Amino acid sequence: MIRGLCFFLIGVAAIQVAGWVGLPKALYVTKAQPFEYRHKTHAEKSGSAECDGCHTLGADGVFAGLPKTESCAACHTEPQGKSAAEATLVSSYVKTEKETPWLVYARQPANVRFSHAIHTKRAKLACERCHGKHGESDTLRPYQENRISGYSRDIWGRSISRWKRVANEGMKMDDCEGCHKQQGFDTGCLSCHR
Amino acid sequence: MKTQKPRRYGMVIDLDRCTGCGACMTACAAENNVAPGHAKATPRTGLTPMLVQRVSNGGAGADRREVFIPVTCMHCEHETPCVTVCPQQAVELDKATGIVNQMPQRCLGCRYCMTACAYHARYFNWWDPEWPVGMERTLNPGVAVRMRGVVEKCNFCHGRLHEAEDKAAAAGKAEIDPADYRPACVEACATQAIVFGDLNDPASDVRKASRHEDSFRLLARLGTEPKVYYRSKQEWVRGLAERGQQEVRRG
Ligand code: HEC
Ligand code: HEC
Ligand code: HEC
Ligand code: HEC
Ligand code: HEC
Repeated sequence: MIRGLCFFLIGVAAIQVAGWVGLPKALYVTKAQPFEYRHKTHAEKSGSAECDGCHTLGADGVFAGLPKTESCAACHTEPQGKSAAEATLVSSYVKTEKETPWLVYARQPANVRFSHAIHTKRAKLACERCHGKHGESDTLRPYQENRISGYSRDIWGRSISRWKRVANEGMKMDDCEGCHKQQGFDTGCLSCHR
Repeated sequence: MKTQKPRRYGMVIDLDRCTGCGACMTACAAENNVAPGHAKATPRTGLTPMLVQRVSNGGAGADRREVFIPVTCMHCEHETPCVTVCPQQAVELDKATGIVNQMPQRCLGCRYCMTACAYHARYFNWWDPEWPVGMERTLNPGVAVRMRGVVEKCNFCHGRLHEAEDKAAAAGKAEIDPADYRPACVEACATQAIVFGDLNDPASDVRKASRHEDSFRLLARLGTEPKVYYRSKQEWVRGLAERGQQEVRRG
């Protein structure tokens, strides 16, 4: 009887561990970025520290997102340093005039409408509030994709249980709405969906 | 938080100006990423969030009169039938805009709302949307493509409202410029038969047109307070308003 109970409890514990530890590992596949980009080098060495210089918000409210290769070409027609990353940039993208296929950590599902104009211009929220320290990063962290949904892991966040979640970790519908509730307002479905 | 005053978007369609050319239907499909009709699609199973219907007075010879009636979602304001029946809460009447929001990603495809809608303005995706090779590049990035198995309908080109909001926000403003928000059908109409805007705004053309003595609404007797109005100087056309779809179609 006691033995049976022990086995049962061990079984439950094993499944819990597999579920909480193993599943997240199995659920996500890690993908490599095209090459290493460092925000830090550019802030320090190129003098282009203004986020807006590369991540431009147009007067019409359209957020340009990631910079086009064209804008890198201004300084990188020929390699300035000896890094492999820069060599890749110059040979594979600048010389061929192709866009870099960056994997976007924050990318939302296609039916979500997010407006940088509303949040950064009108509400004056800092980039860190949602993106953490990415704007000062010295290395690109691994990009993890959910095998089932194809979404970036950043949507759900690091922790599967979402226990002790930090403010900028994860950007699910609840997280958008959580901040809006804190600010004391609520919006209709089609404000955030399209 | 800077919010805009609550609006009640609506439209007035002047039937005496409508030539039945169908430009509004095409513009609607292009704007909202409605795929070309499936080979097996019928008028009942195809997708036409904006549909121009042809109706006659039933007369013969010189007595025959015909009219084209563009029919879309009426954005009913009172006990909106599709909202009340939806078991999923996938449809809501947005308090800020008066637009009836259909949320395809929450829809389970039961089609109860289609039965409830007195205007047959809701459509079911019977097939996965498919575009001829190359044409997918013309898709509007501001509107998500719907999948097979969900219901969709007109939402007054909500993506265009997003664009207008982004533009206002970039200028630090809460209020959009009304000129920046016009649905595709309104823009495409060659005879400018459709007027669109905020029915709450006393200065708006749409409010004035909706209160004109020629104006009427379809099936107003149901009491759902539709926000799409029609206009016609012709007595018999106004008389069509209270007849059911089936009767009108037969005519
Ligand atoms: C010289 C151009 C340049 C400048 C200046 C720049 N960035 Fe970037 N940014 C990039 C490039 C290239 C990427 C794509 C690679 C990556 O993910 O880091 C990127 C990516 C990002 C992302 C990641 C988006 C995602 O989810 O994948 C964030 C967030 C970001 N930048 C924020 C900032 C902030 C904040 C600043 C200002 C402090 C800034 N950037 C300045 C070029 C720039
Ligand atoms: C204003 C000039 C300028 C622009 C614009 C610029 N860079 Fe750089 N970049 C630099 C400088 C300076 C270095 C440092 C070179 C060194 O000392 O190795 C650098 C280094 C790099 C490196 C080498 C690895 C590292 O970070 O140390 C990569 C990769 C790189 N840049 C990518 C990009 C990309 C991608 C863009 C376009 C989004 C871009 N750069 C735009 C000036 C610029
Ligand atoms: C309120 C939260 C929030 C703030 C503040 C914010 N972002 Fe974002 N950002 C997002 C979300 C959410 C996405 C994903 C949007 C999508 O996929 O449609 C995103 C996407 C991005 C991307 C990738 C764009 C793409 O799709 O290619 C960049 C780059 C970026 N943000 C930079 C910035 C910069 C720079 C700032 C500060 C000026 C900033 N963000 C402020 C939430 C935020
Ligand atoms: C850090 C807090 C924060 C987060 C996280 C956040 N928002 Fe917001 N959002 C705001 C604030 C503040 C405003 C009000 C801006 C104003 O009107 O001045 C706002 C406004 C909006 C509006 C306009 C509402 C209206 O009625 O005009 C939309 C749409 C929106 N957010 C969508 C999103 C989406 C989608 C996400 C998640 C991907 C998100 N927000 C995450 C703070 C946040
Ligand atoms: C504040 C912004 C916001 C509002 C308001 C909002 N959503 Fe969302 N919704 C999101 C974001 C961001 C996602 C994607 C991230 C996720 O899966 O949670 C999402 C995802 C969803 C999904 C899952 C879709 C998928 O592909 O996984 C459904 C269903 C959904 N929303 C329905 C609704 C309905 C119904 C309403 C209105 C009652 C609504 N949403 C209002 C931001 C919002």
